[in-house]
Amino acid sequence: MSADVIIRVEGVTKVYTMGEEKVHALRGITLDIVRGTYVSIMGPSGSGKSTLFNMIGGLDRPSDGEVIMEGFRFGELSSGQMAWIRCHKVGFIFQSFNLIPSMTALDNVAIARIFSGLTPAQARRDAAGSLEQVGLGNRMDHLPSELSGGQQQRVAIARAIVNRPEVILADEPTGNLDLRTGEDIINLLGKMKMDLNITVISATHDKKMLSASDVVVWISDGAISRVAQRDEIKIDIGTIDGKTLA
Amino acid sequence: MPKADAINAVPVQAPVPWSVAFAVSWGSLRRRFLRSLITMVGVVLGIAFLAYMLVNDNIVNALVALRNDTLNVILQKNGVDIFSGKGTDTMMLMLIGLSLFTCLVGIINAMLMSVTERIKEIGTLKCLGAQDAFIVKTFFIEASLQGVMGTVLGVALGLLVGLLVNTFAYGRFVWSAFPAFLVVKSVVVSLVIGSLMSVLAAIAPAYWAARKQPVEAMRVEE
Ligand SMILES: Nc1ncnc2c1ncn2[C@@H]1O[C@H](COP(=O)(O)OP(=O)(O)OP(=O)(O)O)[C@@H](O)[C@H]1O
Ligand SMILES: [Mg+2]
Repeated sequence: MSADVIIRVEGVTKVYTMGEEKVHALRGITLDIVRGTYVSIMGPSGSGKSTLFNMIGGLDRPSDGEVIMEGFRFGELSSGQMAWIRCHKVGFIFQSFNLIPSMTALDNVAIARIFSGLTPAQARRDAAGSLEQVGLGNRMDHLPSELSGGQQQRVAIARAIVNRPEVILADEPTGNLDLRTGEDIINLLGKMKMDLNITVISATHDKKMLSASDVVVWISDGAISRVAQRDEIKIDIGTIDGKTLA
Repeated sequence: MPKADAINAVPVQAPVPWSVAFAVSWGSLRRRFLRSLITMVGVVLGIAFLAYMLVNDNIVNALVALRNDTLNVILQKNGVDIFSGKGTDTMMLMLIGLSLFTCLVGIINAMLMSVTERIKEIGTLKCLGAQDAFIVKTFFIEASLQGVMGTVLGVALGLLVGLLVNTFAYGRFVWSAFPAFLVVKSVVVSLVIGSLMSVLAAIAPAYWAARKQPVEAMRVEE
């Protein structure tokens, strides 16, 4: 394995069984993700983006195949070890922000830090730092219900980076935001990638995501249909728009 | 890299102390306080019934022991058997058992609702690195606190109703023969029984909550 591949997805399939019916959500995905890149996973609704997100984040087990992060095969790890990986290696960002409604912005970030083994006092100090980094230093004591969608997603980003993860996994991070706020969030993710050398993997059908991406992976019907590197993307945007119009 | 080494190289996530779990539970209980109250109604009524039965028994026994003719007439009119020595009969035990059962079901039901409402939250905590033990702790503490608060309210309600009903029926006699020590004992017994039941009833929902998977964070609600 080349040294700078941080995540390898190897022949991953996922079949959901609903009664008699079998849904093939992923049909054998193989993909190498290079450390420090911004990868966008694009595809129409129902193509399997969220399912792939679950597999890469170790939230669910593949029906077949493997996900390997820094050489560790998820399938071989205990649940306590998987909890450690999710805590220390991965920062999750969700479409609906997923903040804990009973906790202030500060505590929402601090709880992730506490899980990594720090005392509440130390955790709050680091959480405050992370909130400053995303430009929310003046909103720490607000409850999620007192924040706008964009601000909530910033808190989620602060929470995702507080444990200095290798990877940020985002599923439709701009799905619940308006155009401009969505752009701010994408730029913030790009900045986190640069400043902290974090690998960002984002599932989306938002074309704004393309400009920030180093690699774009298109999936349709559970299989990769195309992988494009940064230099190919620029030209592609025109092509895609052309296709959309046609 | 040999496989075994690779597996050992990933540490197991460290446990979170009870104090943190307590703070999280308390925060969630405080925010959902009105809701908790509504779902606690079962506990309150069950324990109120227990406390009422015990206190009522204390007072009626004390009144019978007065052997006052005027009072005995009223007692008999109210259906009290003034000749049987002890008031605690099987009927009363059955009723108490029933009230405790109601109380148990009340807490379990309230907590299951609370878990169902927060499946996504549990999934999110697990994505952040929470382990099953932490989820068990927070839900256990929350359910226990809720049950204990419901118990305190229930005992207060039962005591109040017991005093009012008997004062209304027997007037000043109640206060001349008031079995203060026994009533305090009944209050303490109800508090202890209610709290124990609350803690017992909290166990199952807490484990049920912890079984929720991290992928539930992706659940779409509304
Ligand atoms: N828990 C589940 N049980 C059964 N089927 C599922 C489940 N989750 C996803 N699916 C199915 O798997 C397929 C892929 O779903 P997935 O959520 O990964 O798509 P997606 O690309 O994220 O779509 P969207 O853009 O709408 O979020 C769909 O056909 C979906 O119905
Ligand atoms: Mg999706």
